[in-house]
Amino acid sequence: MFVPAWGKRSSGNAKGLARLFAVLLFVSLISLPAMAAGTGYVFVSNERSNRVTVLDPARDHAIVRQIQTDARPRDMHFDKAHKLLYVACGDDNAIDVINVAKLAVVRRIATGPSPEMFAIAPDGKSLYVSEEDSAIVRQIDIATGKTLNQITTGPEPEGVLVTPDDSRIYITSEVADMVHVYDTKKKKLIDNIMVDTRPRRFAMTAERKELWVSDELAGDVTVIDTATDQVKTTIQFLPPGFRPVDVTPVGLALSHDGKTMYVTLGRANHVAFVDPATKKIRAYILVGSRAWGVAENKKGTLLYVANGLSDDVSIIDIHAQKTIRSIATGRVPHTVAIDE
Amino acid sequence: MNRFWPAFLFLLWPASAVLGTAPPPAANPSTSVRIGYIDLQNDPRYRTDNSYTGIVFHTLGRPYPGAQLGVQDAQMIGRVIGRQFILERKSAAAAADLPALAKALIAEGDHFIIADLPAPALLKLADAVRGQPVLVMNVSAPDDSLRGADCRRNIVHLIPSESMLTDALVQYLVAKNWKDILALQGPAKEDAGEIAALQRSARKFGATVDAVRPFVLGADPRHRDENNVALMTANSDADVIFVADSGGEFARYVPFETHSPRPVVGDAGLTPLAWHWAWYENGAPQLQHRFEKLASPRRMNAGTWAAWAAVKAVTQSVMRAGGGGFSEVEQFMLGDKINIDGAKGKPMSFRPWDHQLRQPILLATADAVIAEAPLPQYLHQTNDLDTLGYDAPESACHF
Repeated sequence: MFVPAWGKRSSGNAKGLARLFAVLLFVSLISLPAMAAGTGYVFVSNERSNRVTVLDPARDHAIVRQIQTDARPRDMHFDKAHKLLYVACGDDNAIDVINVAKLAVVRRIATGPSPEMFAIAPDGKSLYVSEEDSAIVRQIDIATGKTLNQITTGPEPEGVLVTPDDSRIYITSEVADMVHVYDTKKKKLIDNIMVDTRPRRFAMTAERKELWVSDELAGDVTVIDTATDQVKTTIQFLPPGFRPVDVTPVGLALSHDGKTMYVTLGRANHVAFVDPATKKIRAYILVGSRAWGVAENKKGTLLYVANGLSDDVSIIDIHAQKTIRSIATGRVPHTVAIDE
Repeated sequence: MNRFWPAFLFLLWPASAVLGTAPPPAANPSTSVRIGYIDLQNDPRYRTDNSYTGIVFHTLGRPYPGAQLGVQDAQMIGRVIGRQFILERKSAAAAADLPALAKALIAEGDHFIIADLPAPALLKLADAVRGQPVLVMNVSAPDDSLRGADCRRNIVHLIPSESMLTDALVQYLVAKNWKDILALQGPAKEDAGEIAALQRSARKFGATVDAVRPFVLGADPRHRDENNVALMTANSDADVIFVADSGGEFARYVPFETHSPRPVVGDAGLTPLAWHWAWYENGAPQLQHRFEKLASPRRMNAGTWAAWAAVKAVTQSVMRAGGGGFSEVEQFMLGDKINIDGAKGKPMSFRPWDHQLRQPILLATADAVIAEAPLPQYLHQTNDLDTLGYDAPESACHF
């Protein structure tokens, strides 16, 4: 807008101004994607208010935007460049695509009924969505939105994890109490690992030697050796003052340095810090009510926890091992994803 | 916790069978797990004349579709462990036929019999199969006596007892400080059972049943003190009105007909239930959706939930008992390692003293679940679920 105004002021300077404009344009072109990839914003999906809340840690965690989505937004993942954020919307049978620079939904990918958790394939071209009502994991081509494959699972599939080499997909069945192992080359289930009651989510340890599975109703995490697909051990959680039946682990996240596994304990309103090497529980941190989604910032200083029954997000100072803030985001916060 | 798929089995088993699209393995006596289901053709509890001019107001419904869903849910487990779960229903024309039907099921290899029977018929069935490797699973008789003096070692109870239901309700009333209760009692035997359970729950949690007033259905002005809700609920300063009406025809007219503005609880208003379709936590909607897909237009209720939970208890125990026979499976089911996910949030297991499934109770109105018991205010020294119903020290059951 301002360039034509300059042009009016002096036609003799037009050439120089045009050059300046070109330089400015070039600078803005190369800087825009860089900005989009590093807003530092924290995104929180809220299941019952149909919004993704955007917090800015650089501005005292002010709410930047409440992005309207389809109904019941749950799991979220960025594409590799962090230009897009995919959001599974369970009650509208869709994965919404949020443009991170615009902070708005720009596309809608249709899924089957009730998508909950999903994973993006390592090549970034497709995603695997667990559809809990129809007991399948659907592979969808991101570019076309077409279904590429359907993997039949036990009832209520939830956690989906694709190995970084794209060779295997691990899927939990909440009702069958097992982890399915799917071979992407053979295109079939090659193993079924019995775990504890109501398995929910996954995380892999550093070097991907272990697969951790949260068993919501057994109050523990099953550790699977990925070389053999055998159960290696289980880690039982019990924050002080709680009964085993009140401990319902769901969310799992590995710290960026690989030295801590964060496990959210649901109804026990705590997050456990676990040493992946020794399996020792280093700390239990008190958070809000029914803690599920969890994400660590890249610096490893702050941990964000979505509290589904207190409608807020707890922010933990990781070094102090203490919750320092809680921020109301919307009804039933589910997942946290950080753009950095 | 060990992986349960031995390598040799993997080799024997066609890999395609692991896929959900593969046909289930053929029925084979050694690999199938047969679950029997017995009910009464003319069970008065499900009489269609529980409706007036075709308008059905009693939503009990037969529990059978719940058992069907349980078997459907277990298909993947069955494929993986190489066992097929088979459900077979037999409906008796009269209670006298029950022993013969049970005998037929046992001859076919059934070790688990889901029983949708009133208490006397349930006892007849259990006693007919006593001493045999059979477990009877009660999905519809809430009588406290079946968990007390009349208990049987070979019955497990999936449906909550009367006292579990009233304990759940009274926990809520006391937490609200609505402690004075006026009770209205119908003429049925079940109604008397409900009132007895209410009085025990009131003593247990510190509420008071101010008065119990009998009601009858009718419009006879000579009996208006027993058929007119406004008159029956006058002269009372109770906080809430409890109505015991297993038939439901009287109860549904109590809310808003009371003399003073008082909440109604029991068989109308706020009702304690094993299950309600409006429950949306703990994976309940998924269970609900699967049920509706199978049994539409029905929604899951207490009985169907109990039948589903019965099959779940069997399939879980078969899966985790390590391939043993009936006694190993039964031992696992009744032991302290079992952890049944009933989509109600807390791990469920059977009480060793009376074989009642310990479980949360939902307190619901017509279209919403208001609270889940046990309420957080009520703690127990070992398992908070045991604040509902008869605890070990007070149980009159001796196997």
